[in-house]
Amino acid sequence: MPISLSPQDTMALWVTFKLAVISTTILLVLCAPAAWWLAHTRWRGKVVVEALVTLPLVLPPTVLGFYLLLLLGPRGWVGGTLESMGFNHLAFSFTGLVIGSMIYSLPFVMQPLTNAFQATGTRVLEVAATLRASPLDRFFTIVAPLARRGFLTAAVLSFAHTLGEFGVIIMVGGNIPGQTQVASIAIYDHVEAMDYQSAHALALILVILSFSLLLAVYGLNRKFKVVGVGS
Amino acid sequence: MSIQARFRLERGDFTLDVELQIPGKGVTALFGRSGSGKTTILRCLAGLERIEDARLQFNGDLWQDATFFLPVHQRPLGYVFQEASLFPHLNARNNLLYGFKRIPAGERRVKLDDVVTLLGLETLLDRYPDALSGGQRQRVAIGRALLTSPQLLLMDEPMASLDVASKGEILPYLERLRDELSIPVVYVSHSIEEVARLADHMVLLEAGRALAQGPLQTLLTRTDLPLAHSEQASAVIEGTVAVHHAPDHLTELAFAGGSLLISHQERAVGTPLRARILARDVSVALTRPDASSVLNALQVRISDISDDPQPGHVILTLDAGGQTLLARISLRSCRQLALAKGQTVWAMVKGVAVT
Repeated sequence: MPISLSPQDTMALWVTFKLAVISTTILLVLCAPAAWWLAHTRWRGKVVVEALVTLPLVLPPTVLGFYLLLLLGPRGWVGGTLESMGFNHLAFSFTGLVIGSMIYSLPFVMQPLTNAFQATGTRVLEVAATLRASPLDRFFTIVAPLARRGFLTAAVLSFAHTLGEFGVIIMVGGNIPGQTQVASIAIYDHVEAMDYQSAHALALILVILSFSLLLAVYGLNRKFKVVGVGS
Repeated sequence: MSIQARFRLERGDFTLDVELQIPGKGVTALFGRSGSGKTTILRCLAGLERIEDARLQFNGDLWQDATFFLPVHQRPLGYVFQEASLFPHLNARNNLLYGFKRIPAGERRVKLDDVVTLLGLETLLDRYPDALSGGQRQRVAIGRALLTSPQLLLMDEPMASLDVASKGEILPYLERLRDELSIPVVYVSHSIEEVARLADHMVLLEAGRALAQGPLQTLLTRTDLPLAHSEQASAVIEGTVAVHHAPDHLTELAFAGGSLLISHQERAVGTPLRARILARDVSVALTRPDASSVLNALQVRISDISDDPQPGHVILTLDAGGQTLLARISLRSCRQLALAKGQTVWAMVKGVAVT
């Protein structure tokens, strides 16, 4: 079966890819310090933070999307504030999608990073400090390399999770071709319209893409394996 | 004094309250039981622990007071932890060079080759930490600290996590360090053997307080301190190798109070050597004991007689040419020989541990 994509489907793939890359990147940058704090804090309120961070994992995506829609829409706290400042609200926009995916994928980034940082421990950092390494230097030469499998796992999970996102996006983003229509929703639309041919093409591309990604990651993970350190 | 420090801390039921003066040369041992605050003090010196009520000066530079705190990575010190804590993602060479690369080129007085030779690391450089034994790892960790050309070396029980064999492997290196380094070393230990072998000065700690601080030989033999009354009570004699008696497999150690015959030592004549003598291995006689299998008899003067917690025993403090020996003898012998302060007697030494 020859795979041919309509321009709209190509666009949907592009939006999906863009969304996954952007939200994963922002998540990694924001979650690294947060996960470090969570891994090493002795604060009692830590459990509340842990529960909150894990919440997107158990909530139905539609629930998450519904609240986000309220929050980001023209009458919502965030959307309303933006409108009053002369900006557009965020419902049915690509920015809204990014925010939605970030919250949706949060636990998939926090969990591996926190685990990796816990495994790293604080002793190696104390050693590095006595060897004249400044805090930033310690992060890049000790923490990052020791936790690199954690970073890799977090990035892949977040990316893959965003590829398959449906519920949150349909609530927050609507289904605007070229802007907020992602591949998973385009497939749904094709099926609804009984256009199995197009659905097949998109679905197959997603399968191949996801599989190649995971294959590359597991390959890298082997190569990256740090002698003597668990992930 | 190169280090002047005052640390006060209350944490749960642990109270730390010490004032320390640590000399700018030689090894100073922080000695005490676990929970006496040794490691906390060392961590405060390094800046790994930041306590509020503290003041710390090193060679006249302020490191910490009520309003100022110099961060760890800006203090010119080397720190050896209890476990080697090598960076697992770097091989031995890159572990060694981690700190070296981070100091200005002009301040690098210690070079990789020096450390490799000093600590015998020639064959280990390309190995990763998980392919090294405990003793080898600790040697790399010591070398790594030395390669920052520190002005102060802090060591937190560097042998505590090692088995007996690895300890035996590390000790000679530590002794070489003591003899070849010109910087002060602060060494935390709860083993009096280790302290007697390595230290020149000692801070005696108990429950967060410094009971006493001063030269090792003085503190070991001060009868108002618990050390002189412990089962391991001992004195350290410092002398030089005088002559080897090869056929008898003996080496003669000379010092102002006489000479001691010890088992043969592979050291050149004239090298300084320390001998540790346990109080329980010393007995006294009024006349020179000619018919005895004991090799060593020294003429000494009794400078003090004090009660021993062990029932029926006393501790004699003996002056041997300016150096002090301890003897634990029975109360009965003390009475029968009518020993008294100022009296000259013969000390018979049954065992000498060379350090």
